[in-house]
Amino acid sequence: MAIAGFSASPKKGGTRGNSKGASKSALKGDRKGAAIATILLIPGLLYLALFFLTPLVQLVVTALESPDASGAIGAYVYDFNLQNFADVVSKYSLQIFRSFGYALVATIAALLISYPLAYFVGVKVRRWPLLQRLTLVLVIAPFFISFLLRTVAWKQLLAQGSPLLGVLQTIGFVPHDGYFIGTPAAVIFGLTYNFIPFMTLPLYTTLERLDGRLLEAGSDLYANPFKVFTKITLPLSMPGVVSGTLLTFIPIAGDYVNASKEFLGAPDTSMIGNMVDQDFLSNQNYPYASALSVLLMATILILVALYVRRAGTEELL
Amino acid sequence: MTSVSTTPRHRRKFQLGDSLLWLYTLVALVFLLTPIVYTVVYSFNDSVRSNTVWEGFTVRHWTNVCDQPGLCDAVGNSFLIGGIATVASTIIGTMMAIALVRYRFRARSFVSLLLFLPMATPEIVMGAGLAALFFLIQSNGLEGFAFGYTTIILAHIMFCISFVVVTVKARVQTLDPVLEEAARDLYASPFRVFRKVTLPLLMPGIISAALLSFALSFDDFIITYFNNGSTKTFPLFVYVSAARGVPAEANVVSSAVFFIAITVVIVMQVVGALRRKKYSA
Repeated sequence: MAIAGFSASPKKGGTRGNSKGASKSALKGDRKGAAIATILLIPGLLYLALFFLTPLVQLVVTALESPDASGAIGAYVYDFNLQNFADVVSKYSLQIFRSFGYALVATIAALLISYPLAYFVGVKVRRWPLLQRLTLVLVIAPFFISFLLRTVAWKQLLAQGSPLLGVLQTIGFVPHDGYFIGTPAAVIFGLTYNFIPFMTLPLYTTLERLDGRLLEAGSDLYANPFKVFTKITLPLSMPGVVSGTLLTFIPIAGDYVNASKEFLGAPDTSMIGNMVDQDFLSNQNYPYASALSVLLMATILILVALYVRRAGTEELL
Repeated sequence: MTSVSTTPRHRRKFQLGDSLLWLYTLVALVFLLTPIVYTVVYSFNDSVRSNTVWEGFTVRHWTNVCDQPGLCDAVGNSFLIGGIATVASTIIGTMMAIALVRYRFRARSFVSLLLFLPMATPEIVMGAGLAALFFLIQSNGLEGFAFGYTTIILAHIMFCISFVVVTVKARVQTLDPVLEEAARDLYASPFRVFRKVTLPLLMPGIISAALLSFALSFDDFIITYFNNGSTKTFPLFVYVSAARGVPAEANVVSSAVFFIAITVVIVMQVVGALRRKKYSA
């Protein structure tokens, strides 16, 4: 995604040195510097406060509402009704379980598929910058075609009677008389596919900075390739693994396009997102939809907090 | 990779691993690109309504895209919304990126966290939250916030800002402050330094950020779906038609956007690679 950012990264060490060397003159810690920083930051901070934080607060408030005394559909009053949370957990336990289960499996699958790919682009072809850049473009190419249309494409490629499904049936991945679209496997397949670039990019950025001399040193000391990988490459790429996992798991847990019956899913594959959609837009049960969203957000925040404790806020962006 | 000191035994092993990795990458790329090829190929399918079975080759859908009712209006809306959201989020985000790299201040980690959170929040949560907020504002009598263009644009600017900051920040980090100092030493005013030195050097980063914002806005479905009112964007058109079968004209639009975007990106990458080669030579 951040194409310029990623391509600008190989000489990271150099740039770090730059900004440190300039700390006397350019990094202003004085009062004038603070004033300029404030002016530069204020529009963005105000904007995010208004249209990111306020909506989250409003979601929490809505999650605590009860039906209006008039009983009209879609009319609710605030009365600190915590019961909504207990209600959605018991009513939607299956969807909650599915969301995090699918997200876990799809994230692991995306990691296993992305790692060799990111290693290839970041380490193997770094001698040929043009080839490296072009393969990177191919990896992120799915971003440039409509998310909904590429999901529709898989739906049709794997529909009943399609050649590709025939192949899957022959190799035994799908039972001979079975169908694929509408099954949990299809939903997980779609989720994995759609979010692979989110995993590959952070992996690529850390692997690209990996010092090739360390790998050589490892094999010079008679470590076999497996040992070089587990003792050098993998530990050094952990920051990429962690941020890739986070950036993949979160959108997958909240996704509802892949799981909806118009795309790769069926009614019995619905996830949290499908229930929020249904309660908010169809049933006008805003408190339930909000309570479910708040629960999803709370889970995500816990994950982010664990990540921040491990990596620090400086590595977030 | 400069010194070759590995023993022949090791090298042979590495070469087997190498060719497996090349093969794997090829397979993975084919997997990643399959739906794209499918979408492009089926934009040429001689289908009438639902575009699921191959009926023969035609360029009819390319030449008469707007014959599909509602499609061109939706695409026009997407361009309008994407354009406004891109300009606004790029300006706001670039300012923040400069502040984050160039200045030390106490609220730094708070700002970083606030910028990270929108990227880490599921779209469905942001979509529902914004809809709940706009409901509240409307029920308090502010008609200007009726669901439609305004609410979609406000939402899109919000989720684009963080991505702009990430992209531009990477560019600011590579910028050598000595260049700006030189301009200051030559008595350029701070504004002039910014316009003549800082901004041109940041331009590649700002352009990538703008392209990214536009792509995010153009392809956003979930947040838009919660806040659109009766305004249709291209992804909403696709979603609504998905139940009956997406018409081939939608493939045409998506393929055209794909080719334009991929051309821009490849040109940028090639130019970047050549420029680096020139400087390192």
